[in-house]
Amino acid sequence: MSRFRVLRPGPLSLLQDGGRHGWQHLGVSPAGPLDPHAAAWANRLLGNRRGAALLEIALGGLQLECLDDGWLALCGADVPIRLDGVPRPNWSRFAVRAGQRLELGFARSGQRVYLAVPGGFRGEPVLGSLACQAREGLGGLHGDGSPLREGDLLAGGLGDFPGAASVPWPFVPDYRASRPLRVVPAAGQEEVLQGFVARSWRLSPQSDRMGARLSGEALRLPPCEWSQGMVRGAIQVPPDGQPIILQADRQTVGGYPVLGYLHPLDCGRLAQCPAHAELRFVATDLETVQQEWRAFLRFFAC
Amino acid sequence: MIELRPAGPEALLLVLAERPEPGLPLRIARLAEMLRAQLGAELTDLVPGWNSLLLHYDLLRTDHRRLAERLRPLLDAWQARPGEEGGGRLHEIPIWYAGEDLPEVAAGCGLSVTEVIALHSGRTYQVGVIGFAPGFAYLSELDERLALPRRATPRTRVPAGSLAIAERQTAVYPQASPGGWHLIGRCPWRLFDARREPPCPLAVGDRVRFVAIDEAAFRREGGRP
Repeated sequence: MSRFRVLRPGPLSLLQDGGRHGWQHLGVSPAGPLDPHAAAWANRLLGNRRGAALLEIALGGLQLECLDDGWLALCGADVPIRLDGVPRPNWSRFAVRAGQRLELGFARSGQRVYLAVPGGFRGEPVLGSLACQAREGLGGLHGDGSPLREGDLLAGGLGDFPGAASVPWPFVPDYRASRPLRVVPAAGQEEVLQGFVARSWRLSPQSDRMGARLSGEALRLPPCEWSQGMVRGAIQVPPDGQPIILQADRQTVGGYPVLGYLHPLDCGRLAQCPAHAELRFVATDLETVQQEWRAFLRFFAC
Repeated sequence: MIELRPAGPEALLLVLAERPEPGLPLRIARLAEMLRAQLGAELTDLVPGWNSLLLHYDLLRTDHRRLAERLRPLLDAWQARPGEEGGGRLHEIPIWYAGEDLPEVAAGCGLSVTEVIALHSGRTYQVGVIGFAPGFAYLSELDERLALPRRATPRTRVPAGSLAIAERQTAVYPQASPGGWHLIGRCPWRLFDARREPPCPLAVGDRVRFVAIDEAAFRREGGRP
C-alpha cells in the first residue's frame, strides 16, 4: 500500500472514478471526471483501468506528504509540479519516496489536473462508486460528497514499473489553443444549431461541475418539452436564451429544450477552459462522434 | 406512434406519447422493466420522463441503429399490452402539515388552512418522474384549487423532508437543497438513503397518499422539528 497525507487540499480536489452508473432512474447523477481524456491517461500510465479512482484537482494548489515509497501519475492542466522542490513533468508517471512532499502550483493553462496511483485510490463506494458528488452528498473519501480536506489520508496500491514514463506528445493537448467544439444537432434542431454555431459565446464564471453556462446573444427555442432523461453534453436552452451544457454532475432529467449534444471529448476540453473564455462551436454528425468516442473507449478499455 | 431520437453518442430517447397521460408512468415503468430484462447488458441506465424513456447504452456493445432494430418487436409487444387496473404500489406517507408557506398558500388559493390540508391529503397521487435530486419524486396531479406558480425567488435551502407544491405537482424534498416550491408540510421519513436497499422507496408508476399527522406523531416517526 502507498499512503499520502493531505497537507493542503487546494481550492477543490475531488475523488472521482468511472462514475455512479445504474441509478439515474432514482435521480442519482453519474458524476465522474470532467475531462475523460486527461483522467484516462493518468490511469493508463500506471496500468489502471480507465475508471480507477483518482483525484480531480481544480486549478492546482494541492500538497501531499508521501508516507510510503510508491508511484503516481499526473495529467491535465499545466500546473508546476515539485517533489521536494525538484520539478517533475506533467503527463507522466514518476516514483516517490516516503517522506517526500509533492506540491502543485496553480494552473498556467487548463483548469483540472488528475492525479492517479497504482490500482486507484481506495475508499468505501456509495452505490457502487467513489465518485464525489457534492450537491447530492454522495461519494468521495468520506462518502458524503465532501471534497478533500487537510489531514485526509489517501491510500493506493504499490505498482512496479521499470521507470518514469510520459504520454506520447501527440496525445498531450495544448489547452491554450482554441479550436471549435463539436456539436451534433438534436433531432429537428438543425436550424437552431446553425444560429448557435454562428455566434461566439463566453464561458460564464457561474459554470460548475453540473453545467457550463454560456453567455452571448440569446437563442430562442419553443419551451415545449416535458421533463425527460438528460445526457452529459446536452446543450439546454432555458427561457433566457443562454445555453447550459450539462457536465458530469448534471441532473438526470430536465425540461428545457435541447439543441444538440457536445462531443464527449470536447466536454473534457470545455472543462479545461477558464471562466470568460471565448468559445466557438462547429456542427458535426453523430456517426463521426460515435466512431471517435468508440475508438477512445476501446483504446482505454484495458 | 413511438419516436426514437438519438440523444448524443450513447443514448436513445423513446418518445412514447405526445403528452403525459394518467396511467402512462406505470406503463413506462413496465417497459423499462421489460427492456432491462431483454437488453440489460447493452443498457447502463433507463430513465423515465413524463412521456418518454431515455436509454443510456454501452457504445462498445451497441449503437442507436442496432438498438432500434432490437427495440421494434419489444415496443410492439408493449403497445399491445392492456393498461393495468388499480395502478402501481400504494405508499402512505405521514405528513405533519406545518410548512412555513402554509398560511400564504391558503391565502393565495382563497382557502382556509384546514381546506388546503383536506384537499392535499384527500387524493391519490402518481409518481411521474424521479429527478432533480436523488429520490425527488414528482407527484401528480394536485387539485387545481391548490395550483400556484413557483415562488418568485427560490429558497437557497429547503430542509430535508419538506412537503412542497407548485403548479399541479407535489413532492417531498429528500435532502436539503435549493428549491422554488411552496412548503406546506414535513415528512418524518428519509426518502433517500444510499445505504438502504432500495435507496428510495418510491418508483415511477407508484401511487402515494399523504396521511395528516400531528407534531407528536411526527416526532415518534423520527422527525426532528
